[in-house]
Amino acid sequence: MESMLQPVAEFFGPSWTAIWTLIKIVAIIAPLMLCVAYLTLAERKVIGFMQVRIGPNRVGPKGLLQPIADGMKLLFKEIIVPSGASKGLFILGPILAIAPSLAAWAVVPFDDGLVLANVNAGLLFLLAITSLEVYGVIVAGWASNSKYPFLGAMRAAAQMVSYEVSMGFALICVLLISASLNLSDIVMSQSEGMFAGMGLGFLSWNWLPLFPMFVVYVISGIAETNRAPFDVVEGEAEVVAGHMVEYSGMTFALFFLAEYANMILVSILTSVLFLGGWLSPVGFLPDGFFWLALKTAFILLLFLWARATFPRFRYDHIMRLGWKVFIPVTLVWVFVVAVWMMSPLSIWS
Amino acid sequence: MEFKTFVFYFLAVIMVLAALRVITARNPVHAALYLVLVFFNAGGIWLLLQAEFLAITLVMVYVGAVMVLFLFVVMMLDINLDRLREGFWGYLPVGALVGVLMLVEMVMILGGPYFGLESMPAPPAAAETFSNTRELGRVLYTDYVYAFELASLVLLVAMVAAVALTLRKRKGLKYIPPSEQVSVKREGRVELVKMQAEKQD
Repeated sequence: MESMLQPVAEFFGPSWTAIWTLIKIVAIIAPLMLCVAYLTLAERKVIGFMQVRIGPNRVGPKGLLQPIADGMKLLFKEIIVPSGASKGLFILGPILAIAPSLAAWAVVPFDDGLVLANVNAGLLFLLAITSLEVYGVIVAGWASNSKYPFLGAMRAAAQMVSYEVSMGFALICVLLISASLNLSDIVMSQSEGMFAGMGLGFLSWNWLPLFPMFVVYVISGIAETNRAPFDVVEGEAEVVAGHMVEYSGMTFALFFLAEYANMILVSILTSVLFLGGWLSPVGFLPDGFFWLALKTAFILLLFLWARATFPRFRYDHIMRLGWKVFIPVTLVWVFVVAVWMMSPLSIWS
Repeated sequence: MEFKTFVFYFLAVIMVLAALRVITARNPVHAALYLVLVFFNAGGIWLLLQAEFLAITLVMVYVGAVMVLFLFVVMMLDINLDRLREGFWGYLPVGALVGVLMLVEMVMILGGPYFGLESMPAPPAAAETFSNTRELGRVLYTDYVYAFELASLVLLVAMVAAVALTLRKRKGLKYIPPSEQVSVKREGRVELVKMQAEKQD
């Protein structure tokens, strides 16, 4: 690939690095946006199926053009800025929501060596970037100068900061046993082990020795993306739509895109950190990107499944789950893993 | 101009302007958001120094957690700006004195004989495999482990103290602990009674 592009690179000179990086960014973002669009359709179809309904089936064959129609509608709607709103921040809110959920994809490895930025502090970068996601919600909620958005913003601030802590502890366990912050190295460290030698790779992945952390990470991920049953930030029965009440048209669509992009991000990270990324579950099948896609799709299905199954948590229950259940469990498990690694029974050497 | 120099000045200019806006913004929420921008650009400058662990931790801790809680508080306060500005001229001499002192100290350090490219040359670029995080972790947990653990203990004490100072129990609240609520079983709530159907004749 690189040698094929040599004449083009010579033509552009020193600016080629920037152009080539831009091309790679588009190659990640464009399919991601398409996935987001079709995830909304998949969500409506899956929940429809679980509730014995049909779901959208009018636009295009089997409703397949529904997300395109939704997107067009939102694109052409007027953006209304409330008269009492803080105008600059009102526009900045949705931008702050979507920017981190796209920036985080820079360090996600799709296959061996197929990553935009192979940085050695990738996991830290992800933690930092995902901790910025809360600003979109807070800024939007405050700038709307309205009661429900403000209440939603307050809830979001407390909830997202709380669940970040348990998520961080779960990641500490992962980096303890893989001894690296580089996401590609974390995947490769899962390809070794007793079971991998026997051709049963899926038993060597991190989910088995870190099972409590795997569960905590997935649930915290649902809470972090403000999805049901933790969607009190926009709970329609309580605060109508939380921070999104005053938003219309494309500004609303940006929040929507950010939420679904975050869902896909959390799913792909769960696959990379706990489910062996692009590694094949069994020895006789080849590794490849399609395994990562399959695992991500499975975690996404879990997200939708949880939404169709559980009633919304009450706010004090969410806080209790985060602070009084998850954080003690993760703290103890960090300690257990550290002692386990130092003991003669260690399976990571 | 080298690209790195350009990036430095780009970040530095934004940082200084944002820092100015922190103290001049009329709205405290805007001021807090400008402070977020300052932290973000400071992180960028640290990245230029190849201190990626410090840079990312700055963003993670200060931007991702501290400033969020800061905003949380500032948004809920009803701050009267006129009341805040009342004592401006009275405080000005003290503030100006502190400011001038800091300026003099900084000039003495930066302009002194111990600071400068001659006495402190730029470190050689790190190797590709050099991991800032690993080196910091090794030093913190081996050479300076006692100081490090002591610092964390001080932080823990401060945290416990803050909780103890603000915790107050209100009497007469109809409060049910959530842990009792979630442990409710069906048997505790519903009783199934088997009985003959009553017939009306």
